[in-house]
Amino acid sequence: MALDEIKIGGLGASRRRVEDNRFIRGKGNYIDDIVLPGMLHMEILRSPLAHARIRFIDVSAAWAIPGVRMVLTGDMLAARNLAWMPTLSYDTQAVLATDKVRFQGQEVACVVADDPYIAKDGCEAIVVDYEPLPPIVNPTQATAPDAPLIRDDKTGQDSNVVFDWEVGDREGTDRAFAQADVTSTIEMHYPRSHPSPIEACGSIADFNRATSKLTVYMTTQAPHIIRAAVALVAELPEHMIRIVSPDLGGGFGNKVPVYPGYVVSILASILLECPVKWIEDKSGNLISTGFGRDIYLKGEMALRNDGRILGVRMHTDSDHGAFFSDAQPSKFKIGLMHSAFSCYDIPAAHLTAQGVYTNKAPGGVAYRCSFRVTEAMYFQERMVQAAASDLGMDQAEFRRVNLVRDDDFPHRTPWGFLTDSGQYAKCLDLGLEAIGYEDFLRQKAQARQRGRLLGIGISTMTEPLGAGNSREYDILGIKMFDSAELKVHMTGKALLRTGAKTQGQGHETTWAQIVAHELGIPAEDVLVEEGDTDTAPFGMGTYASRSTPVAGAAVSMVSRKIRAKARKIAAHLLEVSEEDIDWELGRFSVRGAPDRGVTIQECAIAAYSNLPDGMEPGLENNAYYDPPNLTWPFACYIATVEVDPETGVWDVLRVVAVDDCGVRINPMIVEGQIMGGLTEAYAMANMQFITFDEDGNCIGSNYMDYLLPTAWETPGFELHEVVTPCPHHPIGAKGIGECATVGGPAAFVNAVIDAIGDTGVRNIDMPLLPDRVHEAITQGHDVSGAPPVKTE
Amino acid sequence: MYPSRFRYEAPSTVAEAVAMLAAADGEAKILAGGQSLIPMMKLRFAAPEMIVDINGIGGLDYHRADPDGTYRIGALCRHADLEKSAALADAQPTIAAAAPVVADPLVRTRGTLVGSVCHADPQGDWASVMVSLEGAIVAQGPKGRRSIQVADLIDGPFQTVLAPDEIATEAVVPAPRGARAGGYLKLERRVGDFATVGVAVSVEISGGSVARAGIGLTGVGPATINASDAAAALAGTVLDASAVDAAAQLAAEAAQPRSDHRGSADYKRHVVATFVRRIGAQIQRSEQEAA
Repeated sequence: MALDEIKIGGLGASRRRVEDNRFIRGKGNYIDDIVLPGMLHMEILRSPLAHARIRFIDVSAAWAIPGVRMVLTGDMLAARNLAWMPTLSYDTQAVLATDKVRFQGQEVACVVADDPYIAKDGCEAIVVDYEPLPPIVNPTQATAPDAPLIRDDKTGQDSNVVFDWEVGDREGTDRAFAQADVTSTIEMHYPRSHPSPIEACGSIADFNRATSKLTVYMTTQAPHIIRAAVALVAELPEHMIRIVSPDLGGGFGNKVPVYPGYVVSILASILLECPVKWIEDKSGNLISTGFGRDIYLKGEMALRNDGRILGVRMHTDSDHGAFFSDAQPSKFKIGLMHSAFSCYDIPAAHLTAQGVYTNKAPGGVAYRCSFRVTEAMYFQERMVQAAASDLGMDQAEFRRVNLVRDDDFPHRTPWGFLTDSGQYAKCLDLGLEAIGYEDFLRQKAQARQRGRLLGIGISTMTEPLGAGNSREYDILGIKMFDSAELKVHMTGKALLRTGAKTQGQGHETTWAQIVAHELGIPAEDVLVEEGDTDTAPFGMGTYASRSTPVAGAAVSMVSRKIRAKARKIAAHLLEVSEEDIDWELGRFSVRGAPDRGVTIQECAIAAYSNLPDGMEPGLENNAYYDPPNLTWPFACYIATVEVDPETGVWDVLRVVAVDDCGVRINPMIVEGQIMGGLTEAYAMANMQFITFDEDGNCIGSNYMDYLLPTAWETPGFELHEVVTPCPHHPIGAKGIGECATVGGPAAFVNAVIDAIGDTGVRNIDMPLLPDRVHEAITQGHDVSGAPPVKTE
Repeated sequence: MYPSRFRYEAPSTVAEAVAMLAAADGEAKILAGGQSLIPMMKLRFAAPEMIVDINGIGGLDYHRADPDGTYRIGALCRHADLEKSAALADAQPTIAAAAPVVADPLVRTRGTLVGSVCHADPQGDWASVMVSLEGAIVAQGPKGRRSIQVADLIDGPFQTVLAPDEIATEAVVPAPRGARAGGYLKLERRVGDFATVGVAVSVEISGGSVARAGIGLTGVGPATINASDAAAALAGTVLDASAVDAAAQLAAEAAQPRSDHRGSADYKRHVVATFVRRIGAQIQRSEQEAA
């Protein structure tokens, strides 16, 4: 009798997360839990100014403090050719400042001491003499004719422009606009946002002079990329470098880049020949590590009176901060911005993009996002709302008219991606039905007569998740495939390792479920390990919703390799030829004689004890998976809100989410991902505000000002699902970790704009702070949130 | 987040604590709830040489009414004690309205009203509430006890007239001259957020008209604002809409907000007026329901 797949924790089982056992008992092993013998502690001194020349640094008082073991400055690093390091986007970034500081919070010096208190005392004792320079906090300032040059360290860099880039069909788009009945335009800013994982960054570098081996425990979402980077930057042999990413308290893209603290802790350990621990504090994390977003959009849409979109033009100005350190596929300068409008059938589109340096911390991290798709889908859905409004057309109907139809797949998107599957209209209709669309429109009209402002916002989108394929996607030339290695032990228990790195996604739970589905080994019999480069197979790590599409697929493929070998063993045990063997979950049997069979566990022990002649012993294998395409989940998010016309405060009434992420491996984890994403979407729309004043001071670089929502104010979410399996993924799954963060913000903003629609206001920049909404209502104009923030 | 080195003392009487403060020569801080002090020390914004932890001093955790209606809140009475107090809603409606919106549940479990008032953060809720109630702080020093009106206690952002060797042992709200009514409204974007604007309105109603009124404003000036002209506009009235409207306008004028990332100065003034009107309307509604 075949196994019950749900009972063994296979595909579709809402199995409890196995990792939570240790997390909720306080038994996790995070970076700060790791204590090594003789370990020293490092703290970073940061720049208080956004842009200043360093006249001198006096570290003598720091050296004089008992317990201070080393003080490191940029000059010391420069002597070892380590003052600058390469970024993931072919730029350079200062490790410790030598010539200038280029953002507030930049790393200037490090102190290593017996304990972190002394290290902090040492930082306070360092004297730095700065000569202030004019700071730049937005692209307009950066490209002004008299703008000071931020990157005067770079030969040939004579402006603050990082790149000019374009993609799409310029002439075809011009023709579309020439034929348009109506042209709709919108301008907006997607503000800087910080991923702010609950655990900040940190590292413990442990260089052993006797073995020449460097072990670095590090908060990284991509340990193998880090190993390669350390080998190249520190010129150490790669096989003598071991990167261990322990339990991570969230990542959200913040733990992809290489940060100066990691590099200096490594150098300090090599120089001092003992372990050096650096634990970043939360303020340091908020002010200096990978921000997301910060991009300005000018959008235009060519429309026909019947509601069809004929073409789209987009121009983006992106603010990358002082160093271009985006982690993104190398051939796309502004990430996957050109995946905008992929769910709509649009004949022509053209995107121009300019990136600039400013005196802000490096930005461009894909915060719970697949390389700028969050910005792309936000702009898309805000433009769609404005366009429908300009046509006087119902928001839902406008989308329905333009969505790609189910029989149009595979579909070439306006910028050349190939989408392969989906039931877009079905998702939209399910969402509208769930929210009670027509009823709500009536309620809204009635409420309006009593002076109450109700609004509804829709956001529909598909997004490209799961880079590679390796033909088009690489980081610094390293192809974006991923891997899995499966070892089935003698008793049928198994050890699975992948090149991904969980940071809250639940890989230890879901990967075992894929093995259970493929092999019939109960999920609880599969131990999953990730994050140690000495043991895990090479992979590109976890971000951009790529784990299930790529590493998850590799888990399937390696399981199938194991099954193929087990089939040969079963044929041997059952004394029939391989062609006469049938497979059902967990068991091989003789075709035509189903009672004669062996379980996968019996095959496992035979692999070590009773093999056919000539067969290699053991039941182990690995798989490297290079996906043929990205996966394209679809989502429809609908929010309803009420706006207080007197104060501009808005409350969420309901949120409906319809997600089609293909086959769901663990529905509970998928729902958790959607709820988490919607929470962050709500947060970005409502309260996550970190900005800069005209002096370049980072305003909101603490958790009293940069507000992350709690359970108290987070609205309830009503989840629905549609399943359109991914045609190329081995088990039909698509990415899901980021859909709601990507698609969610526009639903909330569209709802507020809808509520105040009578004012003629087209846009209020996020977050929709009460005073911004109030200004829009009372003044009847769009409200920009671009820095510098106005203070007096 | 590593504070500078400091000495820690835990006295068991107020007198002992006062002696420690006197010996510290202005370099000591009192630790009660610690919800502002400890974060400031971890950020090294504050680096006191000595911490005098008063949590071991018995008998300071009370909140109670004297027979004449005077209300006393001890220095170790936590926000959560007030939030959960069944007696408070009738006796002290403004305090009862503010208690659940102070900070977040974690902070409310440890933080104290007296400590919050003495911290004198312009964005602190309790000082406005106490100002609206004509409340006072009782301070004990080497030379004995004195009572200081909260409106006089705070003389700038994070500054009070307390001497370095004085401990605030309790907050006192004088007995009412009629039936108490009042409310506290706070514009915050999230639980635990500092007030963009907070407004406390307290009235005492006798014979159908307002015998005494007080209005305190949070977060709209360099210190807690005592909107006395606005309160005066309510005194003697039956709290009709025109009186409330006048008070709302005067309160907005009394506010001295700055434009910042929480909102423009004009917006904050507008919210002050809106909140005065809303609390006025709430009081009117409850008066009508009672009648």
